[in-house]
Amino acid sequence: MTALSALNILVCGIGGQGVMTAAEVLAQTAIDHGFDAKKSEVAGMAQRGGVVTSHVRIGPRVLSPVIAPGTVDILAAFEIAEALRWCDQIRAGGRVVANSQQLVPPVVSGGLYTYPENAVGLLHTAGTTAGFEVRVVAAGDIAATLGDRKLINTIMLGALADSLPFPAEAMEAKIVERFQARKPALAALNRQAFAAGRQAARA
Amino acid sequence: MSIVVKADAGARHLLSGDEAIARAVWEAGTRVSTGYPGTPATEILETLAQYPDLHAQWSVNEKVALEVALGASMAGARAFCAMKHVGLNVASDPLMTLTLTGVLGGLVIAVADDVGMSSSQNEQDSRYWGRFAHLPVLEPADSAEAYAMTKRAFELSEQFQTAVLLRLTTRVCHVKSLVALGAREDRPAAGFTIEPARWVMVPANARRRLPLQLEREQKLAAYAETCDLNTEETGSDFRVGFVVSGPAALHLREAFPNAPLLKLGLGYPLPVERVRTLAARVDRLVVVEETEPLVETELRAAGLTVHGKDILPRIGELTADVLAPPIRRLIGEPEPTPTSAPRPAAVGGGLFPRPPTLCAACPHIGVFSTLFAMRRKVVIMGDIGCYTLGAGHPWHALDSCIAMGASLGMALGIDKAGGKSDANKAVLAVLGDSTFLHMGMQGLLNIVYNRGNVTTLILDNRTTGMTGGQNHPGTGHDVHGESAPRVDFAQLVEALGIKRERIKVVDSYDLPLLFRTIRDEIKVPEPSVVITGRPCTLIPEFERRTPHQVLEDRCTGCGNCMDLGCPAITVRRREQRVLDGETFDATFTTIDSRACTGCTMCVSACSHSAIVPIANAPSTGACS
Repeated sequence: MTALSALNILVCGIGGQGVMTAAEVLAQTAIDHGFDAKKSEVAGMAQRGGVVTSHVRIGPRVLSPVIAPGTVDILAAFEIAEALRWCDQIRAGGRVVANSQQLVPPVVSGGLYTYPENAVGLLHTAGTTAGFEVRVVAAGDIAATLGDRKLINTIMLGALADSLPFPAEAMEAKIVERFQARKPALAALNRQAFAAGRQAARA
Repeated sequence: MSIVVKADAGARHLLSGDEAIARAVWEAGTRVSTGYPGTPATEILETLAQYPDLHAQWSVNEKVALEVALGASMAGARAFCAMKHVGLNVASDPLMTLTLTGVLGGLVIAVADDVGMSSSQNEQDSRYWGRFAHLPVLEPADSAEAYAMTKRAFELSEQFQTAVLLRLTTRVCHVKSLVALGAREDRPAAGFTIEPARWVMVPANARRRLPLQLEREQKLAAYAETCDLNTEETGSDFRVGFVVSGPAALHLREAFPNAPLLKLGLGYPLPVERVRTLAARVDRLVVVEETEPLVETELRAAGLTVHGKDILPRIGELTADVLAPPIRRLIGEPEPTPTSAPRPAAVGGGLFPRPPTLCAACPHIGVFSTLFAMRRKVVIMGDIGCYTLGAGHPWHALDSCIAMGASLGMALGIDKAGGKSDANKAVLAVLGDSTFLHMGMQGLLNIVYNRGNVTTLILDNRTTGMTGGQNHPGTGHDVHGESAPRVDFAQLVEALGIKRERIKVVDSYDLPLLFRTIRDEIKVPEPSVVITGRPCTLIPEFERRTPHQVLEDRCTGCGNCMDLGCPAITVRRREQRVLDGETFDATFTTIDSRACTGCTMCVSACSHSAIVPIANAPSTGACS
């Protein structure tokens, strides 16, 4: 991010995974740190198991809320096939942080389409070809270990935390603050999930 | 409670356009706010309903919503109503005459166009209504503008005694950006004054109002020439200048930061002289508007030479990447070298789609798998809601989707057309509870009155599902979630003239009963109504039960459970099997116990008793 341009983060996943909430935490934390930020999504009917993307732009002053094609600095993919779907949006020198989990839609399990074999490998190959960095975290497994599938978005935010223009601790505090306000019983678990995601992205 | 409701004056918050508008409506001292859910405008009224000191309501449809708001304005109160673009079509009848009466208390109508069509059946341009109804149109670009212009809209409404249209797009409603907030004004209502010449629009009175309407429009046009809602940017590159409105202004500034431009906050009437001044300063003038060429056409009519839809798309959003190439070509500037990564081979094109689908245990699944089973014998006229997904995989059991409540009229039309290929088919209309109350009742009455042979399925899932679960007169709750009178659908359709014995209330989880009921009703040559009453899985009334599993040793691979279309049922393995000397592809399934809520629809689809409850499983598993 230069002084004038914005940091473009594309968060993608599937309806119900908490993509929009994660995007909101990113934008909120940026604003708390004195940045301007815009967060945009056109989820449409995606609540019903479809693809969800959210654009987050962070900078001194953000005009358009839309990330232009091919200018994504960081792709945060909550599902591995979605990482493949959107990785062509990453600029050369950009980065993808992807959850290795596979979520198979009915059109695949019903036999109309196939799920790509070795999606993680394909993503690495794409990264080498197109010149972007690939970091894969097993957020699904981490969530299963911690005992709640809904932790995926907190784990993914943890995995992103060291790629952002503000301290990881600031975002962690923002997440904990949100849970303290709404579901205080889950605050500690989310702190754990954030730390696990952050650790996984460093590994 | 939404942060915007609690926030103090002077606070700055990251707000969506919808939230920002709600806050501004409240701050403006509005006493009555109305609407009907519709993406992307739904959250405006949902947010307003959280304020304790104004009346908010979900009205049965947008026409009624606008009439309630108008009534409040006639009583001197500031009033507001919100709807999506197609909603204003419904409300256009009062709109076209309230422009003659004008208003007393400020009346602002927020209308949200779904530019890009993320969740709508068409992409219409609501700015036409400003021209058609002679009303001013404000066009914010982001949340901060949406907030400021909403407040200005109330002032304009009272200054010019007219309703004001606040034209939004999905990119205004659903983008979050920073907004600085203020305090609520106190705006008591003076009360209604009997004034027939003003409010009774019989021809003699309406004729006297017509010149006033046109005079008002002229005053607004003069106002547009000086007001600060329209803003100029001097710029430094005079090869091309722009007239632009809405979120496209932000995209444009990003693509051409040094270009002179006139940004229209008041999008109608047009400040033609200000455009003329800009035109004189630049080599070429381009009009950037989403979606129809309205401004462009009017500027040409005023004698200006402008570009617009000759070079720019007439469909969808005008984002920076859409705007830049044609405008660069216009000024003869070379394309910059692409910086984007090449799309990695074997990744993009071949990837499976992920279309939206019905939820596990959605009561509509039972209906559409039943209709799929009788697919060749029925024509199925559909409607607007989650159940429109019945048109998709694997049911393919919904044959039309046009407008709210239209299923009933279209079904009667197909019945009366007596088409050759329909001779041996029954005609069905399928629509949801909220849609039926919005605009379906009239269609059903029309079927009864005109002696149609249509079987109507009212899928009562006790909520407005597709827009996220809003209350309506059939849910027993109001916009705040408080208890409210609840319509009885069976009594209602009986009152509309459906014979009592032709009204069947069935459980959509009971697939054999549902099949028998629909099969029997379509055989009867008179109108009948089948009402299904299971709640949506996303509302509190929904009851989770013990998740189920497929017993491997009993599963024969018949695949019948897959045909249901439940997203919790997936294929474990496929193999070729031989049965009675014939080879067939066997599909062995498994159930995702985290997604399954024990609705048991698949149990009745399985003729081998292979699907059973999981012993000792918790009945309330975590499920997204």
